[in-house]
Amino acid sequence: MTAAGYTVERGTPASRLGALASAVLLAVLLALPFWGSSSDMRLLVEFLSMLTLAQMWNLLAGYGGLVSVGQQAYVGLGGYALNVLADFLGVNPFLSVFLAGLVTAAVALPTAAVVFRFQGGYFAVGTWVVAEVYYLLVANSSSLGGGLGRSLQAIRSIPRTERERLTYWIALAVGVGAVALVYGLLRSRRGLALTAIRDSARASESLGINVFRSTLVVYLVTAFGCGVAGALIYLNLLRILPTAAFSVNWTASMIFVVVIGGIGTIEGPIVGTTLFFVLREFLADYGAWYLIVLGAVAIVVMVWAPQGLWGLVAARFDLRFFPVQRRIRFVDEAATAAAARSGGGPGAPSGSRAR
Amino acid sequence: MNALTQGLLLGGLYALFAAGLSLVFGIMRVVNLAHGDFIILAAFLSIVVVGVTGVGPFLSLVIVVPLMGGLGYGLQRGLLARTLDRGVLPPLLVTFGLSVIIQNLLLQTFSADDRRLDAGDISTASISIAGQLAIGWYPLVVFLVAALAIAGLQGLFTRTALGRAFRATADDQETVRLMGIDNRHTYGLAVAIAFGIVAVAGVFLGIRTTFSPDIGPGRLLVAFETVVIGGLGSLWGTLVGGVILGTAHTLGAKVDPAYRELAGHLVFLLVLLVRPQGLFAKPVREA
Repeated sequence: MTAAGYTVERGTPASRLGALASAVLLAVLLALPFWGSSSDMRLLVEFLSMLTLAQMWNLLAGYGGLVSVGQQAYVGLGGYALNVLADFLGVNPFLSVFLAGLVTAAVALPTAAVVFRFQGGYFAVGTWVVAEVYYLLVANSSSLGGGLGRSLQAIRSIPRTERERLTYWIALAVGVGAVALVYGLLRSRRGLALTAIRDSARASESLGINVFRSTLVVYLVTAFGCGVAGALIYLNLLRILPTAAFSVNWTASMIFVVVIGGIGTIEGPIVGTTLFFVLREFLADYGAWYLIVLGAVAIVVMVWAPQGLWGLVAARFDLRFFPVQRRIRFVDEAATAAAARSGGGPGAPSGSRAR
Repeated sequence: MNALTQGLLLGGLYALFAAGLSLVFGIMRVVNLAHGDFIILAAFLSIVVVGVTGVGPFLSLVIVVPLMGGLGYGLQRGLLARTLDRGVLPPLLVTFGLSVIIQNLLLQTFSADDRRLDAGDISTASISIAGQLAIGWYPLVVFLVAALAIAGLQGLFTRTALGRAFRATADDQETVRLMGIDNRHTYGLAVAIAFGIVAVAGVFLGIRTTFSPDIGPGRLLVAFETVVIGGLGSLWGTLVGGVILGTAHTLGAKVDPAYRELAGHLVFLLVLLVRPQGLFAKPVREA
């Protein structure tokens, strides 16, 4: 096969349509403060924070192969970093949301030195232990309010309408940014390396990929994303409690959303987050039942439909709005037919999408 | 000195927490993230048994242990078996989902109130050794039971046909099938035994302290740290790991009750940094 015999496709008709639809949706969402209520804005800030967290966990486990149960560490630290930056150091609270991400990424570096000693299941519990350590350190420091938490003061001088609109726009930037970040990362050279590592770390190493550095980058990027999301969550709530900020339920929600939606795709977490909020609205009166239902659905999906809801749709209709794989399309008709017979041609999902 | 002996004996309970986790990981390479919640489930089952039959918590083990063992076998054959050999994520996700489900179901059924299993005088009686030094009868009994359980497991592994089947299945489940061993049944039995120990651990925990539905994950972390400190794959190591962690907890709590858990985590991280393979690790085997 010569180089002229085929082209590498990286877009699909759906992705071009998706880009157009996304642009329209984005314009509508940007204008929300002018036509929506403040409760709409608050709900969307929650949605966008959850989407960001889910995309981060998706990147971490779906591509980095790092199944962490300790991402609540960075949600909590991000929330507290916002409080420290804005209230103690006098930094603009809106700017602090992004700086909080840098703080959590900086914390993640020495953390990685500890948790990267574990693999597989032990990595999962190891990250959980480290999250507990950060929780205990924060809950025992009286300057941060100890177990009673604290309220964000810096924001009080800003008029309510302005505060709500700015928070919402930042949330929109963060949510869209998270999707763009993961999408961009996965379409880059490093994305190829990550997909290879996920499928076989040992084989990737033999191909010259530095597995340690690639997974470390993923760990730091997701710590940054979770930190920003955590800061955003507590900019929206204004009051932070250590038990809630460092609750493992943050990670539980991320995991369930990603697995139900479809791990290893960009669309999956979007579908999962939507389902998460629909379920929450329906089961709002039943207390803990909503987590029970979410957990049970996630187990059923994992065991019997591991590609998730979006995976089912994508396989059925060959629909990809955010294609991260490369497809080889042959120019030569005969080669196309031959490839189609062997199952590797157009129409069949490319080999890199095994999950 | 009293804190030291208390910590030492507390290690027995922690070793019981850890033995079940270690057993399942050793044979199936699966970390059961719901391990702590199953411990708490066993404690609540004991409350129900005590409430219905009127027997004491120790006697309730006669019902709770087989019940949990059966649950473990069913869980393995019905659910966990479907997640094996499919990578890291499926077993972790399924057990994590179970953790969330069990925790919240207990919350819905029994509320968030603190509970305790009442075993009568034994839970407070103590032997006075010399001067200020006294040893509680109950912690001593727990420690001895833990040592017996570990000796029993060790014996089971090295001296019985079932133990040979366990070890062989852990090494190579394909070859084991050629030798006429049903690896699925072996896995089921391993989880059943682990859950039997979990049942004992849960009931002993419930007699020792108050418990509520949300403390499961904390027990998982204790079990995990105990296993790692002691060294992966070493049963006697879990007893040593438990003693070290128990001592860290009681000494930390003596400085300030708020430092109890933190002291444990820090000792764990210290061991990890100095000796990543744990204190009594067996040579590493490829997973």
